[in-house]
Amino acid sequence: MSDMEAFRAEVAAWFRDNRPPEPDFLLPESFMEVGTDAQFEYLRAWQRKIYEAGYLGMAWPAAYGGGGKPQAYQDIVNAEMVRQKVPFVPNTIGLNWAGPLILAIGTEAEKQRYIKGILNADDIWCQGFSEPDQGSDLAASQTRATRDGAHYVLNGSKIWTSLGSYAKYMILLARTNPQEPRYGGLSFFLTPMRTPGIETQPIRKLTGEYGFTQTFFRDARIPADCLMGKEGEGWKIAMMTLTFERGASGGQAGGTARLAPGVGDVVELARMARRDGRPAIEDPLMRDQLVRFLIEDQGDRLCAVRGTIPALCSERPHAIPLSQKLRTSEHRRRMMQFAIGLQGANAPRWVGDANAFEGGKWQRAYFNAFSSTIGGGTSQIQANIVAERVLGLPKD
Amino acid sequence: MAALSQRIDFTDEQAMLLETAVAFCREKSGIRAVRNLLGSETGFDRAVWDEMVALGWSGIAIPEQHGGSGLSLAEVATIAEPMGRYLLATPYVSTQIAVQALLAGGTAAQQAALLPRIAQGAIASMAAFEADGDWDLTAMAATASWEGTMCRLAGAKTLVVDAGVAEVFVVSVLLDGSPALAIVAAAAVPPGHLRPETIIDETRRSARMELDGISVAADQMITGPAALAALRAVRDTALLLATAEAAGGIAGVLDVTVDYLNSRSTFGRKIGSYQALKHACADILVGLERSRSHLYHAATLCAGNAAPEIALRMAKAEATEVFAYAGDRAVQFHGGFGFTWDCDAQLFLRRALWLQYSHGDAAHQRQQLARLLLD
Repeated sequence: MSDMEAFRAEVAAWFRDNRPPEPDFLLPESFMEVGTDAQFEYLRAWQRKIYEAGYLGMAWPAAYGGGGKPQAYQDIVNAEMVRQKVPFVPNTIGLNWAGPLILAIGTEAEKQRYIKGILNADDIWCQGFSEPDQGSDLAASQTRATRDGAHYVLNGSKIWTSLGSYAKYMILLARTNPQEPRYGGLSFFLTPMRTPGIETQPIRKLTGEYGFTQTFFRDARIPADCLMGKEGEGWKIAMMTLTFERGASGGQAGGTARLAPGVGDVVELARMARRDGRPAIEDPLMRDQLVRFLIEDQGDRLCAVRGTIPALCSERPHAIPLSQKLRTSEHRRRMMQFAIGLQGANAPRWVGDANAFEGGKWQRAYFNAFSSTIGGGTSQIQANIVAERVLGLPKD
Repeated sequence: MAALSQRIDFTDEQAMLLETAVAFCREKSGIRAVRNLLGSETGFDRAVWDEMVALGWSGIAIPEQHGGSGLSLAEVATIAEPMGRYLLATPYVSTQIAVQALLAGGTAAQQAALLPRIAQGAIASMAAFEADGDWDLTAMAATASWEGTMCRLAGAKTLVVDAGVAEVFVVSVLLDGSPALAIVAAAAVPPGHLRPETIIDETRRSARMELDGISVAADQMITGPAALAALRAVRDTALLLATAEAAGGIAGVLDVTVDYLNSRSTFGRKIGSYQALKHACADILVGLERSRSHLYHAATLCAGNAAPEIALRMAKAEATEVFAYAGDRAVQFHGGFGFTWDCDAQLFLRRALWLQYSHGDAAHQRQQLARLLLD
């Protein structure tokens, strides 16, 4: 048995033995859906346990609290967590975006101050990019950061702040130069949330749950050394962060895969649901639709593989990465919509109903699927980006 | 449900082959050349065919002992993709289907007699379908019956592609109630037994083939399990190459559409700036990316003899359905010009419909996939 196989066996055994007990509430699908203190504390304890066992941040430098091992080890852990369907860890913004960013371009002091707290979940991170009035257009951000001696003074508002109620730090995109109306006037801050003048207000989602906040800045003074890079580099740094967001696997600390049901789960649902006295999976129309989803799912997995073969992407090198969000988020939304219909007369039940199928997770999953077709640039904006940047069609 | 493989192998040699094939098809099959061949009798340019043979493409999947390069269907698909993109009219696909039938089911003597000729440029064709239009290759009415040492054929085959120029046919029949294949030399087909058909894709030629009056020697028959293996190879090859041509065709028709959207103006702006048109193009691009990914995965499995049926049917369903949609939208987005013969969109739409209904449309593939994936 090779070292890696031995490690895989060790990891598999650890997650089997240490899986946390099922809670008496429906767990969130992802970090964006953490809406109650009970959900948050359950997941935070789980992250801490995995980190203490040495299975998180395995490829991050040991000097800052990581494992100092090759990425292959973390990949094995991530795959095993998905395979065993254990809960995800909640500090996603820290583990996937803030952490890799700080390790890539942060100062030594920033690495010392932030990395360990990201890994052990002592310091929860959130993201302040979107604003209430700007929709998908990040470059139009209006939140102001005005230099005043040893401080920056923040004014404005950010929205869709996941984990906003629990976060200690925010990665913040704010305008330092109002004379520059778009990209050049933006700067990037590692902002302490427990600062006078920063307040968060929970947003109730279409599911009826909480999980986001709107964040208000009213003359909030943060130390000037919270600025990352230089003034005016905010857009560049934010775009670097978004490449982590759009699925670059390198650099992320792991453990954050969603619990959301996949195509295999929809097939299993079709076996349990009934139509005309028989399993729904025997209905020809249901079969046709299930196979459509299987073909799309496999197509997107294969795109991820083909994307690593330059000779098969040479004509339009950006086609696969730039279409990824559009492809996968719309696929998921339609699949969850279909999964509700599979339940027949039970389809209109909701979370909390005693007879709701699997606690109502499918109905919730459909509503939550909009977070991916809207968040990070709506599908309609994504289609514009694909048409303009990949195909070369003119802007409006 | 078993997990599916996501393997894609693409060698440096394949990358070079793809580059060569793209350049070749672009040069030899510009849209003017395509249109010039539409009304011709044979439908293809013999000089271009000879160049393809000289490049070794006819024999690329034929073993070296029979005068080929000893490569695989993955290389054939790599060549067929750009052929589809530039609507190259060629008997390449029909010949390669016959090659794979012979490799999978032919006797050593049959292979030794035919494969070297094909590697040197002989055109071959598979006669698989019949008038009822059933895609099931084993559901046939044509028969063969023993008459001494000869096998006498009866019935008729349809949609025999490139029949007018083929030197040899592989014909499926029922022999004692079981599927069998007869190898029929063009010289053994009596005059008048090949009647041209009129098909939607005018870059192709096909014929109906009357079998009555044709007899072949016993050693020209493929029977029993070998015949079933050959028919599976016919289906697999046809699915893979239809996918390859369709994937190429999506890219080709998308280029035609995008060029038009970037040049035509109405109400004071380029029509490509309208999101109603832009978003459909983005959908087509998404379908193109998925189709190419399915294609090269299926090609990988075919090359490795790794149970390719699921991958092939997924690839065929995805690529041909997207191509048919892309062709349909291409006509629509050209507006009034799209309704005319002179607009190239119709050439792609016709090709797309041919490929969609060749060896099973997307709904048929999904029905077969449901059996393979859900039961």
